[in-house]
Amino acid sequence: MHADLMLVVWPLAKILAIVLPLVVTVAMYSYWERKVIGWMHVRMGPNKIGPWGLLQAFADVFKLLFKEIVVPTNADKPLFFLAPLLAVVPAFAAWAVIPFDQGVVLANLNIGLLYLLAMTSMGVYGIILAGWASNSRYALLGAMRSAAQVVSYEIAMGMALVCVLVLAGTLNLTDIVNAQAGSKGLLDWFWLPLLPMFVVYFVSGVAETNRAPFDVAEGESEIVAGFHVEYSGAAFAVFFLAEYANMILISFLASVMFLGGWLSPFPASWGVLGAGGWWWLFVKAFLFAFMYLWFRATFPRYRYDQIMRLGWKVFIPITIVWVLVAGCMKYFGWVTVGA
Amino acid sequence: MTFQLLCFYVFATAATLAALGVITLRNPVHAVLCLVLTFFSTAAIWLLAEAEFLAVALVVVYVGAVMVLFLFVVMMLDINVDRMRAGFWKNLPVAAVVGTLIVLELAAVLWHQFGTVSASYAPSLPPDYSNTKALGRLIYTEYVYAFEIAAVILLVAMVAAIALTLRRRPGVKSQNPSEQVRVRREDRVRLVRMPAVKPAAPTAPQAEPNSESQKSPSPWRLTWCSARSCSRSASSASS
Repeated sequence: MHADLMLVVWPLAKILAIVLPLVVTVAMYSYWERKVIGWMHVRMGPNKIGPWGLLQAFADVFKLLFKEIVVPTNADKPLFFLAPLLAVVPAFAAWAVIPFDQGVVLANLNIGLLYLLAMTSMGVYGIILAGWASNSRYALLGAMRSAAQVVSYEIAMGMALVCVLVLAGTLNLTDIVNAQAGSKGLLDWFWLPLLPMFVVYFVSGVAETNRAPFDVAEGESEIVAGFHVEYSGAAFAVFFLAEYANMILISFLASVMFLGGWLSPFPASWGVLGAGGWWWLFVKAFLFAFMYLWFRATFPRYRYDQIMRLGWKVFIPITIVWVLVAGCMKYFGWVTVGA
Repeated sequence: MTFQLLCFYVFATAATLAALGVITLRNPVHAVLCLVLTFFSTAAIWLLAEAEFLAVALVVVYVGAVMVLFLFVVMMLDINVDRMRAGFWKNLPVAAVVGTLIVLELAAVLWHQFGTVSASYAPSLPPDYSNTKALGRLIYTEYVYAFEIAAVILLVAMVAAIALTLRRRPGVKSQNPSEQVRVRREDRVRLVRMPAVKPAAPTAPQAEPNSESQKSPSPWRLTWCSARSCSRSASSASS
């Protein structure tokens, strides 16, 4: 009985150890976003609540939680409340397979990569259902845009990951990171042989999370707020949580797949700097997370047909060619895989 | 009852109820969602049967892509539910005959198997056994021709679908991005030198140079022409 109980309690504790920091990170990330974009616009950003405005995010959370949730009269009520859950569950479930360090992973699946693809592709249901259940034109338009966009970029994303798994020869994320280890430090990582895929993956990731410059699903200037225009209070907060958790997830995944996860960028002979550890993964993920904000402050929104063109006519052909190139690299031994 | 068996019954019940929901629910969007749940529960059952690659592939392909497009289409439809149900009793006999036939055929194939399948049928696999690797090895060696033929059939279907929807319609204001990117300044903007306009009745023969330059319009005028006419003139000039 005791062993059975531990079988439940121990994973639960591990899940909490991932989810709670993740939620706090989302809060701090939203603060950091406003601060960074403020600086890029030569503004101050939030600076009133707490020292340097650090408590702004928590003030926002409490504001949202205490707000009334307004349900539109003709909304499909069960689906209206199911939609935020369907958005947030895959966003958190995907974290189960992220390896933070050698052996520090909740579920060391040998189909980790496929599991990730499955989870990230399910997040779109939340958005589509939110758009449909709200019974609002703007919301429906946002949902339509989002569905087409996510399905399109998923293909490019999946093909980019196929290149990674061709080189690594495994679907296990821990093994993928280990396949990038080597004496040359950052030159052994997959970003170098798969440079086009690295770019395609991150840009597709930005499109997949509906972030600027691909944020036509929200499109404040055209369709108010897109799929979540009818959501208020806690329901909106859940969408917000899902979006930011997904952004951080993509940042971690790009680091794990292409930038060697927890491996150090320096050769192993450099002592402390050369030793791998979770801090490297967090530094790399922070860089990508920062790039999300940088993009948002820099680029104007894509036109919708341009988004579709980029996905189908540029990214997918490049990925298909590079799958072939990656196969040749592996077959002829042009790249060394593993230490 | 082991935990695995309990999981199986939970997922099997969910799959069955959701499948019933697909054909009984009035709202087509709810029906599609039930179908999603059916796929998902089935994937969970496959996971229990240690077919992890197939399970996750089912979620990736059907739940993640096919059903999203399904939902996409169903949401756009303006379905009059009452009219759709009008012919229910008229079509019931045909449907019943077809349904019974399907059940009988399936039973003829599967009937003998139901009683005999037991846990001992499943081979005991080592813990590091990779379903994905085994499947890949089989597909690309033993069944490579069947696999390639299936791929070609899918490709043909894809080409046919694209060819069917691809039609040139006149009067559509679509844009050609490569043309947009290739455009040069000379195609769009023409700089024309104009004489400066003299002040009509100068009270002072020479105003200060500062105010003069502010008042008189710039000697350069921009004239805009449509891209099409410009490119035509440019191409004719080059040829």
